[in-house]
Amino acid sequence: MRLLVVEDEPRLLRSLAKALREEGYAVDTAETGEDGLYKGENTAYDCIVLDVMLPVFDGWEVLRRLRTGKQTPVLMLTARDAGSDRVHGLDLGADDYLVKPFDLPELLARLRALIRRSAGQPRPVVALGEVSVDMRSRTAARAGVPVALTAREYAILEYLALNRGRVVSRTELYEHVLDENDDSLSNLMDVHVFAIRRKLGSQLISTRRGQGYVIE
Amino acid sequence: MNKGSWSARLQPHSLRLSLQVWLAVLLVCVLGGFGSAVYQLERAARFSRLDDDLTVRIAGLNNALRNAPSSRGPVSRPGPARRPPPGPPPDGRRPTRPLPPGGARGLSSKPAEIPVPAAVAALFGDAPGDFYYVIWYRDDTVLARSAAAPGNIPTPPSPEHDTLTHWRMRDGLREAYHCSGLGDCVLAGRSAAAGLAPLRALALALLGVGAAVLAIALGAGWWLTGRAIRPIDRIAEAASRISRGNLSERIDVSGRQDELGRLAAVLNATFDRLEAAFERQRRFTADAAHELRTPLAVIISEAQTALARPRNADQYQETVEGCLETAQQMRRLTESLLTLSRFDADDNLIPRSEVDLRDVVFAALERVRPLADERCVSVESCLATALAFSNHDRLAQVVTNLLTNAIDYNHPGGKVCVSTSTEYASAIVAVTDTGTGIAPEDLPYIFDRFYRADKARSRAEGHAGLGLSICKTVMEAEGGNIEVTSTLHVGTTFTIRMPSIKGPRPHD
Repeated sequence: MRLLVVEDEPRLLRSLAKALREEGYAVDTAETGEDGLYKGENTAYDCIVLDVMLPVFDGWEVLRRLRTGKQTPVLMLTARDAGSDRVHGLDLGADDYLVKPFDLPELLARLRALIRRSAGQPRPVVALGEVSVDMRSRTAARAGVPVALTAREYAILEYLALNRGRVVSRTELYEHVLDENDDSLSNLMDVHVFAIRRKLGSQLISTRRGQGYVIE
Repeated sequence: MNKGSWSARLQPHSLRLSLQVWLAVLLVCVLGGFGSAVYQLERAARFSRLDDDLTVRIAGLNNALRNAPSSRGPVSRPGPARRPPPGPPPDGRRPTRPLPPGGARGLSSKPAEIPVPAAVAALFGDAPGDFYYVIWYRDDTVLARSAAAPGNIPTPPSPEHDTLTHWRMRDGLREAYHCSGLGDCVLAGRSAAAGLAPLRALALALLGVGAAVLAIALGAGWWLTGRAIRPIDRIAEAASRISRGNLSERIDVSGRQDELGRLAAVLNATFDRLEAAFERQRRFTADAAHELRTPLAVIISEAQTALARPRNADQYQETVEGCLETAQQMRRLTESLLTLSRFDADDNLIPRSEVDLRDVVFAALERVRPLADERCVSVESCLATALAFSNHDRLAQVVTNLLTNAIDYNHPGGKVCVSTSTEYASAIVAVTDTGTGIAPEDLPYIFDRFYRADKARSRAEGHAGLGLSICKTVMEAEGGNIEVTSTLHVGTTFTIRMPSIKGPRPHD
């Protein structure tokens, strides 16, 4: 899953990005509204964490402009907790709202929920035959037995599971699994998929030659 | 009009009621005085008319007496009966006077009766309450009396050597009498009550009219005071709504130019200032909370990230350092906030005296010298005496803030130039830097609390965005002002002006 964090306080941005990366997300960052809007419009993020008070133009403006073309889930982050502010934000098209200072576990849970909902998957555990993917603990199990996956492998599995039945191209997988600073080679994707098949069964992910991967 | 305001209006301390009571007292006094004056005048007029009538009748009776024939008896019949021994009269009756020498006009002897001429008799009536008369002979025997005369009319005392008409009031009877030189007396009288009877009707009419005028005036007064007080009620209602927390409410003053209109305008202006102060305070509190929340979020997020999984010592150290740095930032912020709230609060309590801006700048330069050296910024000064009436510490804080900014937002090797001068009636400090400058779109906002032109950079350097705001607050509190001119990438000049208390000292 790939996230964009737009926050003007450098320390908070650094700290957030670090925490999210440790959770296995691919994280892009932006310090101004302008930069955030540019990235948000040009990359297919799974979710955007957007601060309200931003230089150049503020979070409301970013959200308003983003909503003219994009349906990416947006979680607003703000230091103002007036009720009218929340209403304003949600009415402008925000999907969720969190007031600073926030609890990191709550932010992570809300992000998981947003990503799940936008994929049309309300349950936190996805069952794919005998394989189950638990998005709360970011683990996978085969016939009830936990299977150890690397963070990258899990990210690929999770994305394919959330988009079950749809062929996902390699490019799309790269976009959602790697962040802007990651320049891994493209054939690495095949290596990761091979590893997943080896651990969870070869039938789980099928390859559509020239198109990509799919979990049926 | 609701019930509450009606009961309020009828309270013992209601302005309207007390006005009404005063009006009533005043009206009763005025109407009573007027009525009794009219009554007394009318009474006096009627009395004098009665007296006139009596005078006419006395004159008629006198003539009748004078012309009466003395057909019987001698002209004078002096004798023991007529002449009692000298000394006090035994029965209080008047002593019969001796005949004056040469005689007098009038009765020469006691007539059997006095023929009252018809013309004179017609002046007297027969009914009780009509005019009546009595004529006495000098020995107090009644010669004639009219039918209406009451039974026991005492003989009038005959004054000595006096033939004037005399008046008396007796048992509600007004009587005029006249005695001839010989002691024969005529008396005409009438019941005063009968003569003054129309006065009762007048009194009743006066009472009625007075009561009607009082009622009308009180009604009109009630209406008028109600009209006059209604704006006060509206003002009170609006003020109480405002005091309940609706600070944006105002008293409607449309079209009123009178005293109440001016009062309402003054109150509205007060409410405007209150609301502005309240709003400023509210926004400041919100901003302060906002500014404190962000570093708090950093600390919490750093700590929770660190604790989410086991780390090595270096990673923990990094986290603790980050938290410490953020906490220091919060400390600076709270100090600035405290400074500002102190400036907001006790404006009139701080001591002020004659301050030489040159000394202020000189001391501030000493304080910022280490920072300037650290940033490799050279500081030049061109100082002349400039006297202002102010608080030294506050001005020192402003100047230090400006110098610190000029150094912080400068390039290594850059320059800061500070000067003091007196220009017209202003004592001036100007701080110019060769720093980054301020973008024109940011200029109007740089004195706003928590505004940072370059957010990322200022935060990284620990500026809370309160320094210039503190400067502006102080300068305004001290009766001066602060101005800024800036060119992006070239430099910025901040100028503070204080009213100069006198020209530069000569020989200084």
